[in-house]
Amino acid sequence: MILSLHIWLIPLLPLAGFLLNGILGARLPRWLVSTIGLLAPFLSFVLVLNAYALTSYSAVALPYVETFPHPWIAIGGLRADFSFFLDPLSLVMLLVVTGVGFLIHIYSVGYMAHEEGYARYFSFLNLFLFFMTVLVLAGNVLLLFVGWEGVGLASYLLIGFYFKRASAAAAGKKAFIVNRIGDFGFLIGIFLILANFGTLNFTQIAQVLTLKAAWHGGVLTAICLCLLVGAAGKSAQLPLYVWLPDAMEGPTPVSALIHAATMVTAGVYMIARTHFLFDRAPIALATVAIVGAATAIFAATIALAQTDIKRVLAYSTISQLGYMFLACGVAAYSAAIFHLVTHAFFKALLFLAAGSVIHAMGGEQDMRKMGGLRKKIPVTFWTMTIAVFTIAGFPPLAAFFSKDAILYAAFVSGTGGVFLWLVGLLTAMLTSLYMFRLWYMTFFGELRTADAHPHESPRSMCVPLVILALLSICGGWIGIESFSAFLAPSVGLHPAVSSTPHLELILTIVAVLVALEGLLIADKYYRRKTERPAQLAAAMPAGYKLLANKYYVDEIYDAVLVKPLFATSRYVLGWIVDTAILGGIAWLLAGIANLSGAILQRWQSGNLRSYAAWLTAAAAVVLLFVFHASIGTYLGARGIDVQLNLHWMGH
Amino acid sequence: MSFLHQDVPLTWYLLVSAVLFSLGVVGFLIKRNIITVFMSIELMLNAVNLSFVTFAYQWHEVKGQIFVFFVMMVAAAEAAVGLAIIIAVFRVRATLAVDRINLMKL
Repeated sequence: MILSLHIWLIPLLPLAGFLLNGILGARLPRWLVSTIGLLAPFLSFVLVLNAYALTSYSAVALPYVETFPHPWIAIGGLRADFSFFLDPLSLVMLLVVTGVGFLIHIYSVGYMAHEEGYARYFSFLNLFLFFMTVLVLAGNVLLLFVGWEGVGLASYLLIGFYFKRASAAAAGKKAFIVNRIGDFGFLIGIFLILANFGTLNFTQIAQVLTLKAAWHGGVLTAICLCLLVGAAGKSAQLPLYVWLPDAMEGPTPVSALIHAATMVTAGVYMIARTHFLFDRAPIALATVAIVGAATAIFAATIALAQTDIKRVLAYSTISQLGYMFLACGVAAYSAAIFHLVTHAFFKALLFLAAGSVIHAMGGEQDMRKMGGLRKKIPVTFWTMTIAVFTIAGFPPLAAFFSKDAILYAAFVSGTGGVFLWLVGLLTAMLTSLYMFRLWYMTFFGELRTADAHPHESPRSMCVPLVILALLSICGGWIGIESFSAFLAPSVGLHPAVSSTPHLELILTIVAVLVALEGLLIADKYYRRKTERPAQLAAAMPAGYKLLANKYYVDEIYDAVLVKPLFATSRYVLGWIVDTAILGGIAWLLAGIANLSGAILQRWQSGNLRSYAAWLTAAAAVVLLFVFHASIGTYLGARGIDVQLNLHWMGH
Repeated sequence: MSFLHQDVPLTWYLLVSAVLFSLGVVGFLIKRNIITVFMSIELMLNAVNLSFVTFAYQWHEVKGQIFVFFVMMVAAAEAAVGLAIIIAVFRVRATLAVDRINLMKL
């Protein structure tokens, strides 16, 4: 007997939650809204666990496919189904999405307790889970794209959750528009896949590639570069990362779930999902690695000079996503997914802890006004501490294993690999530095404002923090080798560590030393000699300003892209094309109609006899026209007989 | 077709038809009384009927005569509708002068 896993229910339950809370939520009591909002992701998570259990005991073979019997699109050669595809890769992603998602739903109950639009918040959060699970389970590129656009929509709605604040509405729009640029590339990639493979189904694309073993580069490079543009948009990589820091306008749990743990990793997931294409396009793969490494170090340097606690974390997310891209770029997909999983744990924890800090500070996000919170909010402090040590890469915490796997894969990846490793290492040092800076500024020293009265958060917020802290500690213990073995059917094996054990050990020690260095610098500058950072900034005003203003990228984009586009729209398209040309043509046509109307109007005198006269005259003209030949004959004959030429009547 | 006298050439019938038609047109154009205008239209129709019959005779075709019946039928219907309209107009406007009935003017 073939067991059915009912994986189609995994997306549909959150959808039901969205519809219930979205339509009826405003009239329901809060406890019912929370119940509906929590039940949907919880049941999905249970279904995922069920699927995991059944597959791990080999009751169900992977990959496992569920297809809706009726095709979704069937036009000519194009056929796309509603098919859900479960393999180790999507299983891992589902565990993260529904598991971390459920924890963040719980946290939200406490965090949003005093907010307006409670039902709206939970319905959007469920909507996000629906689209995210569709994205992860999609069996073809088109369905993946539906999920992809859907999570973008949910992200837009949640960034702009406080839509009465102009900056939040603007941030939502910015996220949507920047993502649209990426999606444009993704769409072109989809069209290219369809044109060259004749199918959008992942399994069939892989089969075509297996049959054509010699097919490398060329159009595959083009496809992969287009997909990379899409992935860079969604996963906030250079040069499309600008939307993510602004996305922090949304509620903090949203930043944790969508803009740290799950949605922004969709780009990494998409590259891993289509890795068979990237494996055949070395140039595109190298581009992925370079984009990832550049983004990692670029964002890490910006994070050094930010003062808003959430913005530091946002740039940290961009930097960590850069790590994942770097791993994808050196074809170490399982390392990328490994880091994706551990990152989901510790970054969700960081954001939720930061949310707890903000909650304790009564909405204050500026770290310069915090300090000394260690004793006042102990649960938050200890969980945050675990998260900070994790992201910095200290053993035996989760990120130590995943970051180590990425750095090792980069080091052994051949030409340029050592350079990529160096960039990764430097980024690791910077990561440690800016995270400990945040830690010291927030929790040590004295409170630097008189307005706040810090208090510990409610239990619904602390419990997810503790669970995520445990996951951040243990999440990496599975080790890259067994993780890679589990993922191997989906993405292939990780480069074997066992072949060069000494190298692996040396690289690990170097990485830990570098993280320690970051900790020591932060300790010196932000705990023992707190006046030093200001002195340093004063000594190098240009460099500090450059970092504090995020390399002026927003300003450059504004001057180079946004302003010219606006000017073109307003002046060229608006004034010249629309008002002058199109409007002019419309005025001209209207003028002609008006004028001819004014002339022809004179015929409509209302005088019946003048109508009769025109009628007669017209009849005479028609007669003349029809019979002019006969009349000519008649005149020519000069006879008296009336000879009408009636041949045309036929008889 | 013996009732058409052999001594009278066909041309004459056509000439009579043309004269009647022209009278109808002139009456249609110059008369002010709407009933006279109406009668002029009937006159034109009957002039056409006469030429139909004439040609039917000349070409030994029955179609022309059939057409005459159609025209008479239409004329009868038209007379019924037309007179009804005239009565309705007279009740409202208390005049039959076509020049005064110009409600459709812009």
